Amino acid sequence: MARLITLVENDESAARTIIPAIYAETGRAHLIGVTGSPGSGKSTLVNEMAKTLRASDHKVGIVAVDPSSPFTGGALLGDRVRMQDLSGDNGVFIRSMASRGSLGGLARTTGNVVRLLDAAGYDRILIETVGAGQAEVDIAAAAHTTLVIEAPGMGDEIQTIKAGILEIADILVVNKADRPGADRTVRALKAMLQMGAGGRNGQRMMHHGQEMGLMGVGDNGPESQGFPHGSWRVPVKVTVATEGKGIGDLVASVSSHLTRLRATGEWQARELARSRQEVGQLLREEFISRLTMSVPTDTREQVIASVAARKLDPYAAVDRLFAEAT
Amino acid sequence: MVARALRDAGMEVIYTGLRQTPEMIVEAALHEDVDVIGLSILSGAHMALSPRILELLRENDMSDVPVFIGGIVPNEDVPALQEMGVTGVFGPGTSTEEIVGTIRQAVLDMPPKA
Repeated sequence: MARLITLVENDESAARTIIPAIYAETGRAHLIGVTGSPGSGKSTLVNEMAKTLRASDHKVGIVAVDPSSPFTGGALLGDRVRMQDLSGDNGVFIRSMASRGSLGGLARTTGNVVRLLDAAGYDRILIETVGAGQAEVDIAAAAHTTLVIEAPGMGDEIQTIKAGILEIADILVVNKADRPGADRTVRALKAMLQMGAGGRNGQRMMHHGQEMGLMGVGDNGPESQGFPHGSWRVPVKVTVATEGKGIGDLVASVSSHLTRLRATGEWQARELARSRQEVGQLLREEFISRLTMSVPTDTREQVIASVAARKLDPYAAVDRLFAEAT
Repeated sequence: MVARALRDAGMEVIYTGLRQTPEMIVEAALHEDVDVIGLSILSGAHMALSPRILELLRENDMSDVPVFIGGIVPNEDVPALQEMGVTGVFGPGTSTEEIVGTIRQAVLDMPPKA
């Protein structure tokens, strides 16, 4: 399995052979994304969650992504250090990945690596992102349930609230809750959620509100009173991962989200969104690659030079290249 | 420090932490499908640990993975270690340049994986 992962990670043509062979076996695992700023305690939390999941007999896969140096291409992959409790357990597979230039928090091939684990029977897969904080939106598409981890006193409780991060959370976690300022962090996050800043979960709520008209008034009987029925309210969980506190409750919340996804058809909706995104991405890459291959390099360079010299405008250049290609 | 030098040389370094047992080291190496194993042994336990690690690598069909030991290793132990199957030993005072260079060469010399 480790070798298959390496192939899929390093070699696109190998991936093209391996992934089709296993694809039908994927789609069973619950993919749980874990993101948050560096120092929020993601790895320790993942370690604790994995232990709890193992105790209820799940097979747990963990993919931990760390950043590659943009200058040297090298990387220090140190997430395993926090997961030593899990060693020796056959029901756990931990794989470290370097981001290799990807900017969204995951490596380009993380999706395929996760698929291999899924096909191999790991039914809970924890995906830990690079953890740079803000731009980590890859995980929202890659996972069914996304956890955003915050820690108090990291300078700015509002880190999480910066565009995009709060919106991707299905569950918010304040880790290192034994630190001063934990209560304040929890309150700040809850206030932000109340203000309706919660993207995809919040959007569903709003959509529901639109369907039913004003809140509390609608044709759906008693369920239409108060919050719309069937939408997921993002909880704020409190943990101290180094002491194993709050983990049981967190894992229960994750399971609860899974149940909700399956019950409401949201699971399929997210699979559909993910498939759309992936096929779109691969299609674009393939298209560009074929187009590039069918136009000789010097022709392309000539066209580009013409644009730079103002003999050709960019739009005409594209038309020209298209004409060459077809 | 060595890990950082290797990273700066463009390598992906999986750092497992201190106080690893041979079983933990080999499991990590196996699951991560590493190209090279580097052991930092400051405790003087290299003669006791190495045979066990190499044996576990053999059991897991990983005998082709070069194993380097760095740390407090007296010169007189080096031949015995190499006899066991250790690819190279870096004594105290070896420069990071030398370590990086030797490891890089070991990887380049390896036959491509099947």
